[in-house]
Amino acid sequence: MDVTIRVKRQDPEATGERRLPHWQEYPVSIADNATVLDALIQIREDDDGTLALRCSCRSAICGSCAMRINGHAALACKTIANTVVQNGVITIEPAGVMPVIKDLVVNFDLFWEKIKQVDPYLKHIGQVPESEYVVSNEAMLHLSGVTACIMCGACVSDCTVLEVDPTFLGPAALAKAYRFTADPRDGDNQGVSTERLWALSEPSGIWDCTRCNECVQVCPKGVAPMDRIMAMREQAIQAGYANNNGARHTDAFTESVGHSGRLDELRLPIKSVGMMNLPALMGYMPVALRALRRGKMPPIAHKNVENVEAVRRLFQKMEPEPAPPQVSTNSPFG
Amino acid sequence: MPENLQHDVLVVGAGLAGMRAAIAARANGASAAIISKVHPVRSHSNAAQGGINAALLDRGDDWEDHAYDTIKGSDFLGDQDAIEVMCRQAGASLIDMEHMGVTFNRDDEGRLGTRAFGGQRRARTFFVGDFTGQALLHVMFEQLIKSGVRRYEEWFVTSLIMEDGKAAGVTALEIRTGELHLIRAKTVILATGGCGRLFEPSTNALIVTGDGMGLVYGAGGQLMDMEMVQYHPTTLAGSGVLISEAARGEGAYLRDKDGNRFMEKYAPNMMELASRDVVSRAEQTEINAGNGVDGCVYLDCTHLGEALIMEKLIQIREIGIDLAGVDMIREPIPIRPGMHYIMGGIKTDIDGLTNLEGVYAAGECANVSVHGGNRLGANSLLDTIVFGERAGNHAAAAARGRSFGEFNTTAAMLQESRRIQEMLDRPDNGDRWASIRQDMGESMNRNVAVFRNEEGIQETLGDLHELRRRYENVPVHNKGKSFNTDLVFALELGYMLDCADTIAAGALERRESRGAQFRVDYPQRNDEEWLHHIVVTKSDGGPQISELPVTITKWTPEERKY
Repeated sequence: MDVTIRVKRQDPEATGERRLPHWQEYPVSIADNATVLDALIQIREDDDGTLALRCSCRSAICGSCAMRINGHAALACKTIANTVVQNGVITIEPAGVMPVIKDLVVNFDLFWEKIKQVDPYLKHIGQVPESEYVVSNEAMLHLSGVTACIMCGACVSDCTVLEVDPTFLGPAALAKAYRFTADPRDGDNQGVSTERLWALSEPSGIWDCTRCNECVQVCPKGVAPMDRIMAMREQAIQAGYANNNGARHTDAFTESVGHSGRLDELRLPIKSVGMMNLPALMGYMPVALRALRRGKMPPIAHKNVENVEAVRRLFQKMEPEPAPPQVSTNSPFG
Repeated sequence: MPENLQHDVLVVGAGLAGMRAAIAARANGASAAIISKVHPVRSHSNAAQGGINAALLDRGDDWEDHAYDTIKGSDFLGDQDAIEVMCRQAGASLIDMEHMGVTFNRDDEGRLGTRAFGGQRRARTFFVGDFTGQALLHVMFEQLIKSGVRRYEEWFVTSLIMEDGKAAGVTALEIRTGELHLIRAKTVILATGGCGRLFEPSTNALIVTGDGMGLVYGAGGQLMDMEMVQYHPTTLAGSGVLISEAARGEGAYLRDKDGNRFMEKYAPNMMELASRDVVSRAEQTEINAGNGVDGCVYLDCTHLGEALIMEKLIQIREIGIDLAGVDMIREPIPIRPGMHYIMGGIKTDIDGLTNLEGVYAAGECANVSVHGGNRLGANSLLDTIVFGERAGNHAAAAARGRSFGEFNTTAAMLQESRRIQEMLDRPDNGDRWASIRQDMGESMNRNVAVFRNEEGIQETLGDLHELRRRYENVPVHNKGKSFNTDLVFALELGYMLDCADTIAAGALERRESRGAQFRVDYPQRNDEEWLHHIVVTKSDGGPQISELPVTITKWTPEERKY
């Protein structure tokens, strides 16, 4: 198969245009079942020894070769070239969010710093057993879905929150955190990692994900970071961490839809920050005034949808006995 | 002024053995650092799929049973004292890893579960799905973060500095900036992995280029049993990517083109779970006899059922779909023997010490020797953990009694930077490193593979001589500093050619068939003449051969049948 590999390159040592991101096209002839990585290696070996990329295992286990292929993060070694050719061209760019060192090589320092921030090792409170911990196979299999993460950075590359907010812990570090919060060996003897969950509920943590689902889409190992983040929100609420915007937002959202069948857009932000939180409420005023001026203000009288009973029945079915989350304002460590 | 970099213990390579060594050295109070040409979690320990062996006494298993299986697997070339150390320590090391957080699969009672593996009479392979190596590697990295060991990530070691025959440090290229550094060390532990890429194809990652073996060989160290190269029975055609032995451990069959389970001819008792050398030879015999399809036979998992495959073999199923277009739940997958592992390596004692003072080795680059002529599946992860820890402990203890070398660091740096500059200054018109490496890999895979004979090995020795001549003029097209992998690959090729020389020399020397070495011109094992290790050292005239006895404690060599 003949294909043109269009690579976004940049060289920090060059002067002039080559220092800045620019496109270079490499026409290559590759086998029909060749991966994108095969094509890039062929270029590096035969045509252009200056092309920089990381790669090693060729089988989606080392996590070296995440890059953007036709605009989305993917592992080059796991992408069969002929499935991504568009009009004879495959477009390759370095992973996003992380700064480029050279060509397709990005600087992972920020990535690892975030991993480090979640205390990425098992923390068991109490006596360690003499032999192995006795835990269910189901629990271990469930965790294996997350420990399958190879730290390739695809999710971080395409995270829409990190793109605008570099303080966000991000999908990889949060998936790593879940690997501990969901581990029955981590935390107290019930397997509850309260300390972690409180730390993760701080700003830039689990409540800052906007649920865009990009990380789930691009993860080459099925780790589904966003789903893990959502699971940690539930764990955090269960562990008593309900006194924050995110948890209140979740509650208010559920309550509104469960009650009226639709979202009460006026009260949702108020309930999210807390009814008594005057500074935050004052902060909404400019937005509210602008919305009012442009006719975008949600109606003050919130009406039920027709057939609201059907919605309520759905809620009943999902949560037959809604256990109101225990609201606590005191840190268990304070 | 460059920073003054010095450490009591410097570990080269950050796979399982290297990280385990660095953590142990740090725990012993040494100032420890780890240097690796890739980030630690990119290391090739990742690729170990099937599991890690241990005989747990409280499950009714016995370390002596594990030891016997290992010795028999080694075709009696493994040193029995070293094997005893490994098998006795296995249970404790396994539980350590579990306590660190490895998510091992469990049995119905919630205790550690096992699967069967080749060459063993009992299921004692503990596992995490079919990505056990990755699971262990990432947990070890977590512990490394916790330990406070200094990390030099994406630094490539270009030379091992010796002073009066003792380890003194290394020079290393910081790949990101292209700067050359000198790191002084009281002791150096090589944990750089194997040298798979000098075969083409190979299951090994592209980074597996024999760096540590090359460094020690160049410094006068001993390489031992280098002819013992393992061909794994189940690798994908084309790329040569690994399909785990776990498939057969879970009950998969090998079939020829007519669907026959041909292993009954070669290993009527153990069938598909005979040792790897036996199974690979059987497959190659069938393929050579025309009973394969396109140079492959079939691995058939279709009777295992979707549920089992999705729980325990999920990664290899994905590899099959991604790289071969075959879903093993529904159809057999074509496989063939492929270069996978080297039993040989840097000769060490049971504490990881080489014949060079202050120089240690652990993991695949080392040869303790616990694998002898053929490694059992799931003994390699165990080897890295047990001997990584021992090397770290002993290197830390040795460092306490030593001071930093007084050598002229400027001269050492100058010499190395001149060597590199000379490579960069070469004209661009010679053969590229890639073509030399490819020719080397094809020659090795043709003649130093499952079946060998004198004529073929001689041909490869001739090829290697010619390749070395081409290597002397190898150009580096990339003249830049930042992330100049062109330069790194050219330097790696030097290590690879050294390793290839020693493998071919050992294969030529051993005129018998034992373990992975099968000489069609000497098809029998010959304990009278060849029950010893072959040691290779470097000399001006090429590889110098000598021999060392095999340590036999209580298991007398006997005929090997599966």
